[in-house]
Amino acid sequence: MAVRRMTLEAREARLAYWMLAPTFAVILLIVLFPVLLNVWLSFKPVTLADLRAPVPVANERVMQQPEDAGDELVLRLTMRNGSQRITLFGVDWQKTLPAGLTLTTVEPRCEQDGRTVACAFGDWEGGYRETLELTFVADAAYLEAGSPDVREAPTDMRAQAENIITSFVFTLDNYRRVLTGTDFWPSLRITLVYTFFSSVGSILLGLFAAQLLNSRFRGQGMLRGLFLFPYVAPVIAVAFVWAFFLDPFSGTVNALGQRWDLLAGPVNFLGQRSIELSLFGLSFAFPLALASVVAFSSWNYFPFAFLFILARLQAVPVDMYEAADVDGAGPFAQFWYITLPNLAGILAVLFLLRFMFLINKFEDIFLLTGGAAGTKNLPVLIYDEAFARSDIGAGSAVAMVLFLVLLIFMFFYYRFAPENE
Amino acid sequence: MSATNAITRPTLSPASIAIAAGVGSLTVGMVVALWALVASVVGGMVTVLPLGQALLVGLALGAVIGAFRERRDTPLVIAVGAGLVVALVWLLVSGFRPLGLEAVEPVWGVAYAFIALAVAGQLVRYGLRDFDLRRPRRDVLERVIVRLLRGFGFSFFAVIILFPFWYMLSASLKGRAAMLRDPANLAIEFHLGVRQLLVGYREVLFTFDFLNFIGNSALVAFVTMVVTLVMAVLGAYAVTRLAFPGRTFLSRSILLIYMFPAIVLVIPLYAVFTQLGLRNTLPGLLIVYPATTIPVALYMLRSYFQTLPKDLEEAGLIDGCTRAQVIWRITLPLSMPAMASVGLYVFMIAWNEFLFAFMFLDNPAIFTLPRGMVMLDSQEVPRQYLMAGAMIITLPIMLLFFWFEKYLVGGLTAGGVKG
Repeated sequence: MAVRRMTLEAREARLAYWMLAPTFAVILLIVLFPVLLNVWLSFKPVTLADLRAPVPVANERVMQQPEDAGDELVLRLTMRNGSQRITLFGVDWQKTLPAGLTLTTVEPRCEQDGRTVACAFGDWEGGYRETLELTFVADAAYLEAGSPDVREAPTDMRAQAENIITSFVFTLDNYRRVLTGTDFWPSLRITLVYTFFSSVGSILLGLFAAQLLNSRFRGQGMLRGLFLFPYVAPVIAVAFVWAFFLDPFSGTVNALGQRWDLLAGPVNFLGQRSIELSLFGLSFAFPLALASVVAFSSWNYFPFAFLFILARLQAVPVDMYEAADVDGAGPFAQFWYITLPNLAGILAVLFLLRFMFLINKFEDIFLLTGGAAGTKNLPVLIYDEAFARSDIGAGSAVAMVLFLVLLIFMFFYYRFAPENE
Repeated sequence: MSATNAITRPTLSPASIAIAAGVGSLTVGMVVALWALVASVVGGMVTVLPLGQALLVGLALGAVIGAFRERRDTPLVIAVGAGLVVALVWLLVSGFRPLGLEAVEPVWGVAYAFIALAVAGQLVRYGLRDFDLRRPRRDVLERVIVRLLRGFGFSFFAVIILFPFWYMLSASLKGRAAMLRDPANLAIEFHLGVRQLLVGYREVLFTFDFLNFIGNSALVAFVTMVVTLVMAVLGAYAVTRLAFPGRTFLSRSILLIYMFPAIVLVIPLYAVFTQLGLRNTLPGLLIVYPATTIPVALYMLRSYFQTLPKDLEEAGLIDGCTRAQVIWRITLPLSMPAMASVGLYVFMIAWNEFLFAFMFLDNPAIFTLPRGMVMLDSQEVPRQYLMAGAMIITLPIMLLFFWFEKYLVGGLTAGGVKG
C-alpha cells in the first residue's frame, strides 16, 4: 500500500512539473537568463555595433578593362575588417570569374582553379585595411562574351568572428565609468525622489478617491469605472496629451492660467529644471520638471491604489463606525482612529508595490521629458547609455545597480507582505 | 469647537451663520471656477476667473440660506430664490459679466449667471441639510468640512480625469492654426463639417498606415492573451491542485518574477534577439510579451482556483475522468469569469506595451500602435495627427474596458500589479 501511495505522489508531482514546464521554460529564457546575461554584459566592453557579428568588407573596382585579346584586366579590392575591435579569423574571398580570364598576379594567398579565384587572407585584427590589385589576362572568349563586368560575377566573402558576448574578455571599466560619471549620482537621487513622491502622491489620490466612492449610491459602479481611466489608457497616449496641454506656448494650462491671472507668464512645466518660489519670505528652488513628472505618475497610477483601498474600505465592518457615532466621534476622529488603522496594512503593501514599479519606470519620464531638465532617472539613464551612446556595457552596469536597489525592496516585500493581500 | 458646544440657546448663533456663509463662499467659488473652466474648455468662450468676487457673493448667499431655516433644512424656494437674487445683484454690479465672461453676452450671459447661482444656492442648501444650526452639535463643523471636501473631491477628480481625455478628443479634431490661436479654446468646431474635423484620423489611418498597426497590435495582443491563458491555466492548476516538492516556494515566487523590471531585461534581450535575428520581428515580440504576463496571470488564476471547491474535481476523478478532462470539463467552465478578467487584463497590457515595441521594431510594416505613435512624434507631423493616433490607440481599450468593466475591475484587484 505504501509503495502504491508513493508512486501516486510521484506521478502527481511529475504531472505538476509537466504542467509547469512551459511556464518555467519561458520564464527561464526570457526573464532569468536575461538578468544573468545582464550581469555578464555589465563586465564586458560591448557596444551596440558589436551586437551584429562583424563582417569583412571588400569593395571592388575595375582599374583597367581589356580592349583586345591578351590585354590585362585589373581588379582592385579595397578590403577592411568591418569592426574596429574584433578580430576576424580565416577571412576567405572567392569569385567565380567570367570565362576567359587568367590570374597573372603573383600573390601567394590567391590561386585560380578553373574559373574560380579564391584568396585566403588569414586573420584580420580590428580595424585592419588592405588594398589588393589582381591582374588577369583576357583572351578572346572573354571579349566574345561581350566583356562582362567582373564586379557582377558572383562573389563570396566570409570569416569567423569571435562573438564579443560569448568571449571571455572582462573589464570593470563599465562600472568605473558609470559610477564616476556626472550623470549617475544625480540620477540615483532623482530616481528615489521621483519614486517616493509618485508613490505617495498616487496613494494619497487613491485614498481620497476611495473615500469619495465608499458609499453606495446610484452610478457608483460607473464612476468607479471612470476613475480607472488614467490607469487603463495607454501611457503613450496620455503622456503625449500631458506634454501638449502643459506646453508653454500652445498648451491649454498655460493659456488658461495666464488668462485667469494664476500664472504671471508662460511656464515650461516639463522643460524647466527649477523655478524660484518664495513662501513666507523664504525663497527656494522648486524642481519644476521633476514635480510635473511626479504629478503625471501620481495621476497615472492613483486608480491602482484607489481600487485596493476601496476594496479594503468596504471590508471594514460598518458597526465600528456606528459605535463611534454613538460615542460621539466626529468624522475626522473616525477617519483617524478607525479608517486609517484598518488601512495601515494595505497602505504599506501598496507603497512597497508602487515603489518597486515606479523605481524602474521608463516610459513616463522618457515620453514626457526624455530625461531633460533634471528628470533623468536610472531607467532613462540605462537607455541613454546603452542605446543613445551605444554603450551596452555601461547601460548594463547601470541596470545592475538599479536591480540591486530593487532587490532590497523585493526582499522587504517578500518578508512583510501578507501571503494573500 | 468647544465654543460652539457651549452655545445651546435655540436662536441662530453667529457661529452657525458663519458656517453657512463659509459653505456659501466656498461653494460659489467652486461653482464659478468650474463654470469658467467648462465654458472655456468645452464652450470655447473667453473667460476670466473672478474668484474674489465669487467668494464674496457666496458669503452673502450662504448667510441668507443659513438664516432662513425650517427645522433642519432651508426650503428649496428660498435657496434657489436667494441664488437668483444674488445673481441679479452681481449682474448689475459687474455690468452683466458676473461669471467672468470677457465679452458681454446679453442673453446667454444673463441666463448662465442665473442658472449657475441657482445651482450654487441649491448646492449650499444641500451642504447644510440635516444640520441643526440652532443647536449645532460640536461635530457639525467637521461634517460640513467633510461635505465640502466631497464636493471639492468630485469636482477635482472629474476635472483631472475628464480633462486629459477631452483634450485628446478635441485636439484630434482641431487644426494647428486653431490650436495656436487660442489654446484655451477646446470646443469642437462642428461648423467645419465632418470631413474637415476628421482629417487627422484619415491621415493617420491611411497615410501613416495606422490601419495596419491596429491589425498588428490586435494580433500581438490576442496571441499574447491566448498563449498566456493556456500556460497560466496549466501552471495555476498545478500549483493549487497538485502536490509536488517546491510548491510553496514557487507559489510565493511567482509575483516576484513579475516584478523583474523590463528595463533590466531589455538590454540582454536586445543583444540576444539581435544575434538570433528575432529583434525586428513580431514573433520576437510574441516571445517576450507572454513571458512578462504569465507570472501575473498565473498568480491571479491561482487566487481564483483556490476559491473553487475541490469536491467537484475529486468526484470527476473518481468517476474516471483524466486530469485533462477534469480541467477541461470542470475547472475551466467554473472559472470563466476569472479567465475573462485575466484575459482582458493581459490583452490590455500587451496592447499598451511600449518599451519592447519601441526597442525591437524598426520596420514600419510590423509596427504596433505604440511604436507607430513614436513615429508620429516628429516636428513635421501636426499635433492633431498625434492626438488622432492617441484616440485610435485609446478608444478600443476603453470600449473593451467599458463593456467588461466588472471583469476588469475583478482582474485588476485580484492580481492588479501592472507596472
